[in-house]
Amino acid sequence: MTERRSAALVIGAGIAGIQAALDIADAGFHVHLVEREPAIGGRMAQLDKTFPTLDCSSCILTPKMSAVARHPNVDLLTLSEVVSVETLKASRCEAGGAGEIAPSFHVRVRRKPRYVKVGVCTGCGLCADACRMKGRVSSEFDEGIARRSAIYVPFVQAVPLAYTIDESSCLNLTRGSCGRSFACADACDAGAIDFAESETVADLEVNAIIVATGFDLIDPRVKPEFGYGQYPEVMTGMEFERLVSASGPTAGKLLVNGREPSDVVFIKCVGSRDPHSGVPYCSRVCCMYTAKHAHLVRDRFPDARITVFYTDVRAFGKGYEEFYDRVRGEGVMYRRGEPSEIYRHNGKLLVLAEDTLLGRPVEVEADLVVLATAAVPRADAPTVAALLGLDRSADGFLREADPAFRPVETALPGVFLAGCCQGPKDIPDSVAQAKAAAASAIVAMVRASGMVRGRRSSGAQVGRRTES
Amino acid sequence: MRTQPLVEQMELMGCIQCGRCTGGCPLARKTALNIRSLIYDMLVAPEMDVHAHQELWDCTCCFTCVERCPKDVRPAELIIALRGEMVESGRIPETVGAALMGVFRQGNPSGIAREDRSAWVGDGPQPKAAQEGCELLYFVGCSPSYDPRLQTVPRTLARVFSQAGTDFGTLGTEENCCGSEVQRMGEAGLFEMLVEENGELIRRTGASRLVTTSPHCYTALKNEYALGKVEVLHYTQLLADLLAHGQLAFDREVPRIVTYHDPCFLGKHNQIYEEPRAVLNAIPGLQLVEMDRNRERSLCCEGGGGRMWAEGTNPEERLSAQRVEEAAATGADVLAVACPFCLLTLEDAVKVAGLEDQLRVMDVAELVADALDLPVTNQIGAPLARSTGPEREC
Repeated sequence: MTERRSAALVIGAGIAGIQAALDIADAGFHVHLVEREPAIGGRMAQLDKTFPTLDCSSCILTPKMSAVARHPNVDLLTLSEVVSVETLKASRCEAGGAGEIAPSFHVRVRRKPRYVKVGVCTGCGLCADACRMKGRVSSEFDEGIARRSAIYVPFVQAVPLAYTIDESSCLNLTRGSCGRSFACADACDAGAIDFAESETVADLEVNAIIVATGFDLIDPRVKPEFGYGQYPEVMTGMEFERLVSASGPTAGKLLVNGREPSDVVFIKCVGSRDPHSGVPYCSRVCCMYTAKHAHLVRDRFPDARITVFYTDVRAFGKGYEEFYDRVRGEGVMYRRGEPSEIYRHNGKLLVLAEDTLLGRPVEVEADLVVLATAAVPRADAPTVAALLGLDRSADGFLREADPAFRPVETALPGVFLAGCCQGPKDIPDSVAQAKAAAASAIVAMVRASGMVRGRRSSGAQVGRRTES
Repeated sequence: MRTQPLVEQMELMGCIQCGRCTGGCPLARKTALNIRSLIYDMLVAPEMDVHAHQELWDCTCCFTCVERCPKDVRPAELIIALRGEMVESGRIPETVGAALMGVFRQGNPSGIAREDRSAWVGDGPQPKAAQEGCELLYFVGCSPSYDPRLQTVPRTLARVFSQAGTDFGTLGTEENCCGSEVQRMGEAGLFEMLVEENGELIRRTGASRLVTTSPHCYTALKNEYALGKVEVLHYTQLLADLLAHGQLAFDREVPRIVTYHDPCFLGKHNQIYEEPRAVLNAIPGLQLVEMDRNRERSLCCEGGGGRMWAEGTNPEERLSAQRVEEAAATGADVLAVACPFCLLTLEDAVKVAGLEDQLRVMDVAELVADALDLPVTNQIGAPLARSTGPEREC
């Protein structure tokens, strides 16, 4: 039993991490929310619309981002990475019954310098305008479609709204000089630039950890037959999101090679369900985001010929099949058969496929091809797993304790999973899992703080955690 | 024919009918060949009349379907197995039967006399007999040994190997067909026999490395022979290696614009894309330009899978014609190949298209001969590489 108030650590501040942190904080516990990037929001912040409701993704996410940043119980650590986790001698839980223990962890977090004082920076952007690297650094947030300065905010609604100096491209930080004086510091009226900032370490004591480190997308070059990287007309779904986003680099104007596309082809299962060149599992979200993308094209270009090539349409969620019906009703042609190749003929791209319902090969002209690429484990998932002592499933994602009955718990007492680090899932499922992980974390914290009163019922999840 | 044994043996239940095999199949565009639908037929029907599917002889075994299949079903290997059923029954195209008989009797699918197998040497120096022991065994292959157009390639390579100081030998008239095409025409029994005989012959030379002219021999010897410690190389790999280690250097300019056609049996079968390009790029003055479809997307010339001896169901439309058009569109004056079958099919297509004045089909080895100024001659005794070409005098 401890005297102090229990705290939780949430690793990753995408929608899953934000939601988990909010729920724990609302329950009255302290949360350290650690995010590697300069701003929170994760993948959802990059999306234009959500399916099947077509809500503006950043519009529904921004309030949650502000709420978590403002919450008195949340300690937000951006540009930060967990470097070590030590399971402390577990304290005996008072009310949990004989032999029940509540774990606690000592966590070390490395905090990278931002070189800009949060709270002083007003987010005005004069620094980025003045930066000598302006327009020369590829924007990660915009999937490389746009260019930024060395001092930047990933996107305008960024939380915290403070600029960041990118160590890998800042002239001063890479070469030790930037003209006669620092252009950004000269431009900053608030005096927020601070090159003297250095890396610090934060040591945290927590009773629960929620891992919400998200996912990566497969490099479509694993399927060279689609010519991604060679043809500017061939792009990934995420690149398409940035192109159609009103807050994106083109302010939502969908132009390919400077022209409005008239023949648009969507290719599903690029790397998914493909143990030969990609991953064996279904990525779960591609069927629906492709339907959404097709709708967004139709919305802009009523006369465009839109073809979705598919093997199966998996519209399993609430309102999903209805959305698929709606999109077909809008004149989006679904053709059964997965394209095999793309090549350029007489200036136009040709998508080669077999229409398996016709039983014959077809060639479809395209001036825009969108690849629905597989969701894959983060490249550093093995490192994260090793850091925490977690297992990974055969697919490389972090392993839950039991897929049916303990879907958010791990084999380690006190460590929980939320969102796509456990496997591909859409936003509703990520939020649901985050809330489940928060509830489980709260149980762990309540037990650690000795707040539990009365005997638990037999078979309760808390009691079983120590079995593994 | 009962379908169940093959369904199980080839694990056809893994197929999700996505159609990537047929969607990418170059032959499906011009014939009735639809391997995706054939797999479905086999899955749902207990019996199949394989002879009703003469289009199975259209497959060139280019392996595009194998490369594109997400579930590793290996459709082309199913086609080979179905051809095997036809071979077993004895009802096969006459030309296929003749090719198989030629291999059985004379050790080559053209059925030309075994004692003429060294004719490719021509007026060049007689290579050492590998049977006496050598470090590098040069496996010449049937078509390069006998076909007058192709003989320049081994003739060049033999000179290059000597010039690079390698201890190389050939099996002379004892060399046998490697069986690559035999296997793909479905004659598994004959192929097994060849593997046994040739394997023994090769091992006895004590060579540590074996180099082939043809990507087809390369594929069979490397992937299907189990030669143990013998390292099997295609000649473009060996040349790239000799160049990288300074055992070979080009001093003569070859001021040509060259586009390179990836042979299926080097590329899609063995993922060898860079070595031939490395050899071409090492030639001074040579400018390499790429066709839109290169490497994994290279369009099959229609010469593999036994198709040199089986016309197929639509001989009027040729993929090679489409390919030379693509090559011509690059502005190249040479279409370089690294496979004897590609050399023949594409050269034919250039003639049919009337592009002879614009585009010349040359083996990479012939360009190498040019860059080394080797005294290699063709079958009529004319100098080889410098004989024609737009910017050279005859």
